[in-house]
Amino acid sequence: MISYLIFFLIICGIYGIMTLGLNLQWGYTGLFNIGVAGFWAVGAYTSAILTKPPAPEHLGGFNLPFIVGLLAAAVVSGVIAFLIGIPTLRLREDYLAIATIGIAEIIRLIVKNEEWLTNGVRGISGIPKPFKSLFGNSYNLFYLILVMIALGIIYFIIQRGIKSPWGRVLRAIREDEEVARAAGKDVFRYRLESLVLGSMIMGVGGAIYAHFTSFISPEAFKPMQGTFLVWVMLIIGGSGNSLGALLGTLITWSIWSGTEILTSFLPSTITTQAAAFRVILIGVLLEVVLLTRPEGILGEDPHVSSVLKE
Amino acid sequence: MVLLLQLISNGIILGCIIALGSIGLSLLYGILKFGNFAHGDMMTLGAYFAFLFKVQLGMPMWAAFVLAMLLTAFVAVIVDQVIYKSLRKSDSIILLIASVGIALILRNFIQLIWGPQNHFYDKGIQMPIQLGLGVRVKPNQILILVVTVALVIFVHLFLTKTKMGKAMRAMSDNMDLAKVTGINTEQVIKWTWVLGAVLTAAAGILLGIDTHLLPSMGWNLLLPLFAATILGGIGSPYGAMLGGLVIGVSQELSTLVIPPTYKPGVAFLIMLLMLLIKPTGLMGRSV
Repeated sequence: MISYLIFFLIICGIYGIMTLGLNLQWGYTGLFNIGVAGFWAVGAYTSAILTKPPAPEHLGGFNLPFIVGLLAAAVVSGVIAFLIGIPTLRLREDYLAIATIGIAEIIRLIVKNEEWLTNGVRGISGIPKPFKSLFGNSYNLFYLILVMIALGIIYFIIQRGIKSPWGRVLRAIREDEEVARAAGKDVFRYRLESLVLGSMIMGVGGAIYAHFTSFISPEAFKPMQGTFLVWVMLIIGGSGNSLGALLGTLITWSIWSGTEILTSFLPSTITTQAAAFRVILIGVLLEVVLLTRPEGILGEDPHVSSVLKE
Repeated sequence: MVLLLQLISNGIILGCIIALGSIGLSLLYGILKFGNFAHGDMMTLGAYFAFLFKVQLGMPMWAAFVLAMLLTAFVAVIVDQVIYKSLRKSDSIILLIASVGIALILRNFIQLIWGPQNHFYDKGIQMPIQLGLGVRVKPNQILILVVTVALVIFVHLFLTKTKMGKAMRAMSDNMDLAKVTGINTEQVIKWTWVLGAVLTAAAGILLGIDTHLLPSMGWNLLLPLFAATILGGIGSPYGAMLGGLVIGVSQELSTLVIPPTYKPGVAFLIMLLMLLIKPTGLMGRSV
């Protein structure tokens, strides 16, 4: 039971990192990224390839330390976000949505087809678990602490950024682009920074995921499912509120894995139906929240100038 | 040379299917101001409704075709009334998120009812017909072309000759002007959903006739649908037809130079190029 709880919290923490990244893009800047799973995959594969011992089936054998893998995952995700942002961020906001779907699809195709790089559909196994030898049986507990530290650092960075002048510009752009522009702000640059930083966070989340499961394959990233869950987490908790994003993650993941436990008691002949039913349930939940409480459970945290507070 | 002609011919067939789907997507985009991410899954729904009538209930194909189109339109109007109608006053992105949710619900509903495996309208294998110059087509592909042309003529007449069609174009062109002239916008929105759903259901059924049915078939076409819509210019039904054909033919021709598995990437690249060069599209006016 305890071990299941630890496992549950680790996955929850990884989703929490994703949701924080998305909250920066959508909640604070109004950027619609539905390619979350793409950045997830990029982060996971980048770190896996860089940290693994040599494997004949695919690129690898660099044996780099875990932390280098994490950083590289962030950098590669950031570069891809940068490239996708340049043509789309000057245009209407929904073009970015379509473009991110496109990039996620292309990433999926590359991961699936370029066997020399990713071993194709067979996936990459034996991804090193950092400090595995030190912790042995209580390894998951150690990893949970690791995930929570990463989550804490990311949370801290985002909160600092959001409360800074930089964060105020982001929110100004979200509320009214023209006003921000009239105030002399380079709207495009701020948007690009938010997109890149948010995607880097997702890349780190992907890497942490890969080192936990130690096996990744195209099948592991059901793109729409992963992206959709992260979105539902953010919407339910409250966009524009990092704490809300984390609360939404906890609630949504509880429902998601709770229904998984329930359906596991059903006969195996209807498992695919049960899986479909779970997605429908989450979809209905999203629509209900959008219709009845579009600001989410917590809503956006009020931003009051420190001068006014005193 | 033969290969080139064959690829163009395949591309036109694919282009027909994409065009039918993107006409509705483009009109809805123009009138409701949001990209309907559930459009591909509506396509799938249409295809499976036809499967229900044709294979499971044993009706003739033409009847299944018509009934499936109507039933899909009915579902689209219901979804609009229950979900989108209350959200019309919110930001267009909220509608977009809602449509992503609808897409997931539809696809998994299909998987729940009909299962994840392939389905076929007909089990038999068709012998290809020689068209001359070494180009071969299946009789079904000629059927796809004929049905598409018929539907496109129908759409053209509807948009240019009927009051409702003119109102649709007016709303898509300039919403405020249309409202001032006293157009009943809710009524037009309802009929736009009907038209869009009928066409996308037809596209799904034709795709099912050409290949097979799969819960993800429409979702996989969503990117080409959006590419065709943007290429043609959002809100322009004629642009969408042209865009569909361009995307279809380019996807097939791309197999000359890149592995066929990257076909969906071609639609994406064309879309990105269009956004960079002329974001209003080939036949659009405003972004």
